[in-house]
Amino acid sequence: MDKNISFTLKVWRQRGPKEKGQFVSYPMKDIPTDTSFLEMLDILNEQLINKGEEPIVFDHDCREGICGMCSLYINGHAHGPATGATTCQLYMRRFNDGDVITVEPWRSAGFPIIRDLMVDRSAYDKIMQAGGYTSVNTGGVPDANSIPISKEKADLAMDAASCIGCGACVAACKNGSAMLFVSAKVSQLALLPQGQVEAARRAKAMIAKMDELGFGNCTNTRACEAECPKCVSISNIARLNREFICAKLKD
Amino acid sequence: MWLIDSSIGRKVVMSVTGSALIFFLAFHGAMNFVALISEDGYNAICEFLGANWYALVGTVGLAALVAIHFIYAFVLEVRNIRAVGGLKRYSRKERPANVEWASQNMLVLGIIVILGLALHLTDFWSKMQLQDIMGTTASLEGLGQVSPTDGATLIGYFFGKTYVAIMYLIWLAAIWFHLSHGFWSAIQTLGWNNDKWLCRWQVIGKIVVSIIIAMFAFVVIGFWFKAHCC
Ligand code: HEM
Ligand code: SF4
Ligand code: FES
Repeated sequence: MDKNISFTLKVWRQRGPKEKGQFVSYPMKDIPTDTSFLEMLDILNEQLINKGEEPIVFDHDCREGICGMCSLYINGHAHGPATGATTCQLYMRRFNDGDVITVEPWRSAGFPIIRDLMVDRSAYDKIMQAGGYTSVNTGGVPDANSIPISKEKADLAMDAASCIGCGACVAACKNGSAMLFVSAKVSQLALLPQGQVEAARRAKAMIAKMDELGFGNCTNTRACEAECPKCVSISNIARLNREFICAKLKD
Repeated sequence: MWLIDSSIGRKVVMSVTGSALIFFLAFHGAMNFVALISEDGYNAICEFLGANWYALVGTVGLAALVAIHFIYAFVLEVRNIRAVGGLKRYSRKERPANVEWASQNMLVLGIIVILGLALHLTDFWSKMQLQDIMGTTASLEGLGQVSPTDGATLIGYFFGKTYVAIMYLIWLAAIWFHLSHGFWSAIQTLGWNNDKWLCRWQVIGKIVVSIIIAMFAFVVIGFWFKAHCC
């Protein structure tokens, strides 16, 4: 049997990018624990609208952990206290009656706040753009028995490709470093034969863009990996370092 | 130049200078350890190094390594603070279980290390190599003139004082924490890592660093005991 809980929400409210923000507390009464965190915010927003107040602005889309839009910093953790889950996959059963739940936006210079809990993550799109295209050598008809990509590499590439670009890595990192994201995006191609032609150029261009956009320097604290909803491994960062250093040494 | 103007390049500089300093500490620790076994043996090493050209070249190289590592540490820190939008960030922040405390406090630990280094240089280097370079000898209260290559006497003199011994042990603890993260971080930064080796490097790092720090600590504790209990 699911029970209902009552708690206080401490939410960051900020009217615009340049405006000063502050925390506002909202008492929440009798919320069923099988409500998702975002549904709980929907309930609050409905109450606010009924009272004639401005609803809280927050990002979301798929609500099933695949789009990477939801982005809340809840009780000191990116995507909240659950591991391997996005904010939309977080349920109220993680919390207790009487809790004070602090909800903040991602805070990083690279992700400026648009309003309330919504931040501008287009920096990630710019890094992706800088990565450019991938040439694929379609070649002739492949031999039926040949395995051009080993299982091990295919798995690693798939794991890297599971990154949904949510930005939790930057939000969780004390240095505001985007290395986990960039390393996942570089790795998913660097591991496959199709990605080889532009591999060196891609690593250099994406790192240059990442630096230009003001993300921090990785000091291998591993906070990104712990808070990443897709559990992307920092061994991808090692691979990115390798790709980048080799590319620079070759120049 | 990518070692200056790219984030990974700057990390490579941290990694290479830091690793070189670990190598130096390993040798330094081994040489100190000789003092516990034979004081004459230790003084022979002091004599061998002294102010000979190779020792001077080494000293200048070390000073450069520390200076570069130190300057880059601050350059990185300033950029990182800017990247998160200032000193005040989240109102509530929790450290995930797999994040080492040391990894988030490398700068603070490094600053303790450099303060300890200043103490160490005034205690030992200024009485030894510096005197050798200037062709003079230092005089210490209660000891009179001390030969620049009589390292064993200096060790006994300083570590016999309890407060000095404690300060050195605190310093060594700070270095241990700095390197417990620094060792594998340096390897990760150079890209020499994968899912299997990550854990292995962390364990190897802890073992190597513990051995190095233990060599230093044994000398401090050993000489304190010699002064107080023998
Ligand atoms: C002079 C005082 C020092 C300061 C201010 C300092 C500061 C720092 C900082 C801020 C980092 C970056 C954290 C990271 O990348 O993980 C770092 C890394 C490191 N430090 Fe130090 N440090 C100092 C002395 C030393 C010494 C004496 C050694 C060696 C015996 C050392 C070895 C390392 C290593 C191996 C790394 C890891 C490099 C990497 O991650 O790529 N440091 N240091
Ligand atoms: S690496 Fe993980 S935390 Fe970072 S953007 Fe991708 S999914 Fe989000
Ligand atoms: S809303 Fe799509 S991942 Fe959460």
